[in-house]
Amino acid sequence: MYTFSSKLKTFSFILMAVGILGIGYGFLNAPKDIQEVETLLAAESHDGHGAVHHEETKVEGEAHGDAHHDKAEVAQHDAEHTEHLTHVLHQLQNKPWAALYVACIFFMLISMGVLAFYAIQQVAQAGWSPVLFRVMQGITAYLPMGSVIFFVILILCGLHFNHLFIWLDPEVVAHDELIANKSSYLNFPFWIIRAAIFLIGWNLYRYYSAKNCVAQDEATDNLYYKKNFKMSAGFLVFFIVSESIMSWDWIMSVDPHWFSTLFGWYVFASFFVSGITTIALVTVYLKSRGYLEYVNTSHIHDLAKFMFGISIFWTYLWFSQFMLIWYANIPEEITYFITRIQLYNLPFFGAVVMNFVFPLLILLNTDFKRLSWVIVMAGTVILGGHYLDFFNMIMPGTVGDRWFIGVSEISSVLFFLGLFIFAVFTALTKTPLLPKRNPFIEESKHFHY
Amino acid sequence: MSNKVIYAIYNDDDILMNAVKKTRAAHHHIEEVFCPFPVHGLDKAMGLAPTRLAICSFIYGCIGISFATWMMNFVMIQDWPQDIGGKPSFSYIENMPAFVPIMFEMTVFFAAHLMVITFYMRSRLWPFKEAENPDVRTTDDHFLMEVAVNGNEEELISFFQGTGAVEVKVIEKH
Repeated sequence: MYTFSSKLKTFSFILMAVGILGIGYGFLNAPKDIQEVETLLAAESHDGHGAVHHEETKVEGEAHGDAHHDKAEVAQHDAEHTEHLTHVLHQLQNKPWAALYVACIFFMLISMGVLAFYAIQQVAQAGWSPVLFRVMQGITAYLPMGSVIFFVILILCGLHFNHLFIWLDPEVVAHDELIANKSSYLNFPFWIIRAAIFLIGWNLYRYYSAKNCVAQDEATDNLYYKKNFKMSAGFLVFFIVSESIMSWDWIMSVDPHWFSTLFGWYVFASFFVSGITTIALVTVYLKSRGYLEYVNTSHIHDLAKFMFGISIFWTYLWFSQFMLIWYANIPEEITYFITRIQLYNLPFFGAVVMNFVFPLLILLNTDFKRLSWVIVMAGTVILGGHYLDFFNMIMPGTVGDRWFIGVSEISSVLFFLGLFIFAVFTALTKTPLLPKRNPFIEESKHFHY
Repeated sequence: MSNKVIYAIYNDDDILMNAVKKTRAAHHHIEEVFCPFPVHGLDKAMGLAPTRLAICSFIYGCIGISFATWMMNFVMIQDWPQDIGGKPSFSYIENMPAFVPIMFEMTVFFAAHLMVITFYMRSRLWPFKEAENPDVRTTDDHFLMEVAVNGNEEELISFFQGTGAVEVKVIEKH
């Protein structure tokens, strides 16, 4: 049995406390009304940045799909100015919300990535991974907590606490024909019901699969193993459908004027590789503390191969999405990337370096894949890179050129990281770290590559 | 100095593996082992150095991507920078997404083909090459270990018979 080290527990509480303070600071610091924004912008233009920001905001205004923009062209200069201020106000008010949203969805989807990987291992009857099943179940224990917080945030969006999803604003929909045409799909009741179904479905699988896995330990036959096999197969079918719709609902609809067909796969690859990386990091940690007797460097090597392979898969999808749109250059699609390249140049291309170039060069070598410190280093960069990836997906549509990785963003990550560590390592103390009667456990114990 | 070698023939890969380990422990120099199929762990038991083919392949891949980059930069950007469908041809980086499929394919092409050719050259394989099997049964269901004879021949023969060989032959090599 694993015992939660008191140091790690304290560390996770510190992370949560610091995170909450930072998140609160971010919300308190957001401007309340237009006057505040005006003084803010005036202060900025004294620094000589004002003009630049003004230009960029205009570009962003189009990408944002702000329905008021067309009207603004014929309006008086004053009206235009007020409109600009309102626009900036919305972006600045969105900033702490978007920071919270990105961190929340990122950590929840990490545990989903682990759950998907776990289900695949069950269905594929993998001979190497059963010694890691309890680690994976431990990591997915964050899912119920993460989904509840995430669901609450979605409801708050629907109650107009923020402007993360502009299609939730009836004022915007009334003036925007493109969004109005999508309102049979993009409306709050349908959207929140879909979210509830997906989250409940995923959590049910997680709960019963872990339960059966423990029951299999005490059983005299393989009934629970077979149950889990069938349930995992069913879950994977449900998962891939729900994952696709989830990516439209929770991420793509931030830019409701834009659509892309491979987006679901792209999002999947991003959190799938993050999930595998998290498994590797937790495994390396537990191994270093002497808890995983049967895990050897071959298991680590296999996880590293998955990290490497899925990183490349992510890049393949990233590039396919980018290149097809760049090549055809159709105005209604290209704005998505123009915003990102002009306003988010470093995070946009930085994510490719962190998620592709770095893992490609470091995880290519088979000897490196067996070294703990290489796994930890590569894993940290990959997780950072995929946070940045989610940042790039959400931020341009919510805060536009007002982005910054500052107090709000870092504290949100720290809070959810603390919660994640607490949930995962608490769950790991609840069951023995080695499944007893899994049909493949002997093979897995002696796995050697 | 005679060029005598011993051919110890086995009919099971497990017995062969044990024989190889015993032979190594007795410090007899194994010239070669002939197998009808890859025996897992045989290279390790024989103490062979790991292959460097993967490193070669990586270098070939680097050559491939460099060649692709140089070629397309010269053709599309420097030599005749036309406006083709509005694609920016002012610098390589501006039009790079369009070149990536070719860069990728050339990397794979160079890495794969040059590695295969390296393999053929290093293992001396080519059409019309004279086959080197010492015993035709080694391509079907027998394993053969070739060990050079130094000193006491009788002792060596009984040593190999003790390792479970189905047949031990002494051959004069030319």
